[in-house]
Amino acid sequence: MAAATTTSPWRAAFMLAATTGVIALSFGVLARTSGLSLVMTCAMSLIVFAGGSQFLAVATIASGGSPLAAVLGGIVLNARHLPYGFAIAPLLRGPLWKRALSSHIVLDESTALALAQPTPELGRLAFYACGCMLFAFWNVGTLVGALAGGAIADPSALGLDAAFPASMLALLAPLLRRRDMRTAALAGAAVALAATPFTAPGIPILLAAAGVLAARFIREETE
Amino acid sequence: MTWWAVLALAAGTYVLKAAGPLALGSRTVPPHLQRSLNLVSVTLLAALIAISTFAEGRSLVLDARAAGLGVALVAVWLRAPFVVVVVAATLTAAGLRALGIG
Repeated sequence: MAAATTTSPWRAAFMLAATTGVIALSFGVLARTSGLSLVMTCAMSLIVFAGGSQFLAVATIASGGSPLAAVLGGIVLNARHLPYGFAIAPLLRGPLWKRALSSHIVLDESTALALAQPTPELGRLAFYACGCMLFAFWNVGTLVGALAGGAIADPSALGLDAAFPASMLALLAPLLRRRDMRTAALAGAAVALAATPFTAPGIPILLAAAGVLAARFIREETE
Repeated sequence: MTWWAVLALAAGTYVLKAAGPLALGSRTVPPHLQRSLNLVSVTLLAALIAISTFAEGRSLVLDARAAGLGVALVAVWLRAPFVVVVVAATLTAAGLRALGIG
């Protein structure tokens, strides 16, 4: 049973990294066609390393927004990494500098894959395997995209925009068999969708944290 | 895009990612608190799934991504391996788009 519900960390990490690499190609293309230099495009992927906020920042500038708006929008979108960091922290070992370095690979993918593992040891392995592979693929993809320009295919034509939610769902599936997790997840998703038409990108995901309250309610009811 | 904006976004993002690992240090967290932290992360990830499937900017849309997620849901239900779930969803979305749907 455990074998059927738990995803092999290595295989999943590679799959996530491979799809991420193709999305990175499109980021490289978009950044260059939006007027960023090659160096700045690659620097963004290296030091920001949070795909959604990179796309948002570049799109903000390209549509005539100010750099300040690009930065603030990106930071709001990335605020979800704060609770990820607290959830991942107990898995990390070693001195401060190692934790400081490991923090750079706190991502949606590495957090989901790590939390889905049955033991802390596997969680740690999953976190590093996923984070490091994504870092490599994201940056190589960005560089290739930035160099190749318009010769790259559109990721959505390849269906790759459906790969991200599908892979996250597959990672979370074992956790969603628990009732409190499932209730919180469904409530959070509903809140996020309800807020989407009325708030800036990133805000709906933060509001979704209220979904946790639904799980609290359920637990008090059943206990 | 200017260099200060890239650096500010990088710094802000890093602070958000690193606050947990640096603040908690090597302290162990009580199990009930850890459960709550995991619950918040899973809830936000679930919201991210919903947004990246049904949102297009500020509007809600039903397109090939939703079909992909539907196929993924069935595959997960049937306990298909991770790779099968992702490939099935991707091919579904790509196939629909090739037919001019979504």
